[in-house]
Amino acid sequence: MSLLRLCEWLATTSGSIALHESHYMYLIVLSVHVLTLCLFVGTAVIVDLRLLGLTMQSVRASEVITRLLPWTTGGFLVMILSGALLFYAAPLLRYQNVFFRAKMVTLVLAGVNVWVFHNTVYRSVAEWDLDPVPPRRARMTGGLAIVLWALLIMLGRMIPYQVYWFDCNSQTQPAILNWLAGCITDPP
Amino acid sequence: MSFFDFCEWVQYSALLSAMRSSSWFFPVIASVHLMGLALIGGAVLVVDLRLLGLGLRRQPVARVARDAERWLLVSLLVLLPTGILQFMCFAATKYYYLTAFWVKMSALSLALVFTFVVRRKVAMAEEATMSPVWGKLVAVVSLSLWSTVAIAGRLIGLP
Repeated sequence: MSLLRLCEWLATTSGSIALHESHYMYLIVLSVHVLTLCLFVGTAVIVDLRLLGLTMQSVRASEVITRLLPWTTGGFLVMILSGALLFYAAPLLRYQNVFFRAKMVTLVLAGVNVWVFHNTVYRSVAEWDLDPVPPRRARMTGGLAIVLWALLIMLGRMIPYQVYWFDCNSQTQPAILNWLAGCITDPP
Repeated sequence: MSFFDFCEWVQYSALLSAMRSSSWFFPVIASVHLMGLALIGGAVLVVDLRLLGLGLRRQPVARVARDAERWLLVSLLVLLPTGILQFMCFAATKYYYLTAFWVKMSALSLALVFTFVVRRKVAMAEEATMSPVWGKLVAVVSLSLWSTVAIAGRLIGLP
């Protein structure tokens, strides 16, 4: 079964329709998803700023990370859960959205960035824990993470605006956009 | 000039009409506003969590508050201009009529005064001279005020 078929099938399930049609439930989930930014990206950014040597310079880097990580993780779980529900409410619309697709790619990149950090530079944290400005590799992780969070936020905010500029249902439009959004078009 | 006249003037000013003629303008401004939201979330939370005895609890409150303050100011430098621009886009046709907007502005004023006067004083004080109960109370008030600002802000954007 292709992803498109899977999304089509998901859209016919009663849960998806109920969420889509419910006024308040959908808005509540959406609001939770947006406001959890404060917890998830907010605490992650403080860690990234410490890695850049721009805040909490006199606090051990490992202390900032371990003390804030539970809050970041908690925020992340709420994000994933509410985000999955937002997807479930309109599977096809999200699947054929360029910004949604780009956001998922960015999310994977952000995950890889965190994973690489924890499995490389962070292994030797004892050597630079007290450095006010951590080594270059750590600073690069922090800087890259901030860029990726900002991109993630922008792409997420853009998802509902795609119809302003293009839409699978309003052809014809450039082939590259149809390809990026996964639009199904009739052969010419 | 009434406040409504002002809203109308702002929304239909030549500058704003020019900016609005790009369909990218509002979504991009709204996105940058959300980036500011994430940053202020972090800068407010680390201090309030610390006052509650959570998060960076091995550090003195004053150090956490001093370090976070700079980023709180940076986040406001992002949030205020982008917020004002969003207001200007729909001042007379939307914001003026929205209860959520007035709630947000009131809560924002209270939150700013509380954060930079009361919370700052409590956080920077010698910890030995201050009962931890005061710190916890201040953190709860701060979190409530800023949550009201964020939730009312979210409500402005809803249909």
